[in-house]
Amino acid sequence: MERELVNKGFAEMFKNGVIMDVTTPEQARIAEDAGAAAVMALERVPSDIRKHRQVARMSDPDMIEAIMRAVSIPVMAKVRIGHFMEAKILESLNVDFVDESEVLTPADELRHIDKVGFQVPFVCGARNLGEGLRRIHEGASMLRTKGEAGTGNVVEAVRHMRTITAEIEELAELDDDAMTQKAGALRIPPSLLAETRQLHRFPVVNFAAGGIATPADAALMMALGVDGVFVGSGIFKSENPPRMASAIVQAVIHYDQPHRLVEISRKLGAAMTGLEMDSLETHMAERGV
Amino acid sequence: MIAGLLGLQGAFLDHIRHLESSGAAWRIVKAASDLKLIDRLIIPGGESSVMKKFLDEFDMVGPLSRQIAAGMPTWGVCAGAVILSEGVDGAPGVLRAIPMAVRRNAYGRHAASGTHGLRIPLFKRRRFPATFIRAPRILVLDPSAAVHCRWHGDPVFVQYRRVMVTTFHPELGEDNVFHQYFLKI
Repeated sequence: MERELVNKGFAEMFKNGVIMDVTTPEQARIAEDAGAAAVMALERVPSDIRKHRQVARMSDPDMIEAIMRAVSIPVMAKVRIGHFMEAKILESLNVDFVDESEVLTPADELRHIDKVGFQVPFVCGARNLGEGLRRIHEGASMLRTKGEAGTGNVVEAVRHMRTITAEIEELAELDDDAMTQKAGALRIPPSLLAETRQLHRFPVVNFAAGGIATPADAALMMALGVDGVFVGSGIFKSENPPRMASAIVQAVIHYDQPHRLVEISRKLGAAMTGLEMDSLETHMAERGV
Repeated sequence: MIAGLLGLQGAFLDHIRHLESSGAAWRIVKAASDLKLIDRLIIPGGESSVMKKFLDEFDMVGPLSRQIAAGMPTWGVCAGAVILSEGVDGAPGVLRAIPMAVRRNAYGRHAASGTHGLRIPLFKRRRFPATFIRAPRILVLDPSAAVHCRWHGDPVFVQYRRVMVTTFHPELGEDNVFHQYFLKI
């Protein structure tokens, strides 16, 4: 219980910030210098995982540790959905946060990790209210939209955030019986659903993730009500990573000021190449409901 | 009276419920021009490296330092304490508004974060539940600063004139006693 509050409190500290995918200590330092609030250490960014079509697993501990030594900001790392042993390994490695991520190949098609028993905090993806609340009930301290990672296409992240907002708004109209029924249908305790209705939001920090490639994308997601932004392939697959990284951080700070976003969006070089959803062989967001 | 919340990154919105329950108006500060509109300022928890970068890039260090030196009450929480400190990790700090030296994340990574009951005589609290998250450690503190609370010998709540610092996060708890105090200094 105490650890849960410390972990949820830690997630609060990332708010209004950007968490960036990095694959080397050099990239981690670029991210830190650009104003990242944390980095996600992984061997391949999602757009490369998409191209390789191999099983994607937890990264090499040496590689994660090299990144932990390289920067002073928090370091997150990914585990496969349901792979509690990868999570135990990362916990022993003392990473600051674990992302149970659909970007890696799922290890368990039916269950997520039972996260309540861990000291290390978890962030999980969600496409809708039910997925998000199930992850919280399992012990996640932070959520993010799934979006569609590695595409540079923000459409799925928008869909997921819009869906979550609409579903939370609909709760206001339910009476007690309907709330109990709804909680049953979502497979979560009624108290968690009631708390969400009362707060008008998820009771943990919720970031945007999956397809954010430009400062405008980041500002759009902030305007839709997320607490901050994950950027995966969008930085190190762009033409000028340091400049794109800093611009996306500034866009999160000034998301509600279009005249500043104009300046922030200038002279960035090419953003990563984006993919249309119907061209994809794998829809990562469908993994782990 | 308007309490400013430095809104460059971090947990600044978390202070709003405590300011409102203490009867204070608030405003988010993201630019030097916003500083003219506030009477006091909270520098929140978050990543000090991010706040430092944008205080610099948005030309806020000079105006903010002058305003604090002129007597504006300022409270630094965790990363905010780092920003206010005279020395950080053996180098000069950002605002240098309080004569102390800190080391960032000195207690360890997040695995070392935790909630501890603190005795705070100033507030008549015997076990204030204080959450430390990758906390900075105050290594050196000038005797002219008051230590309101220690944890295992380390100063964790200190005040120098109208600048106060907590290396833990009162905004995450339910007790608004820190906010009430800050609104009066």
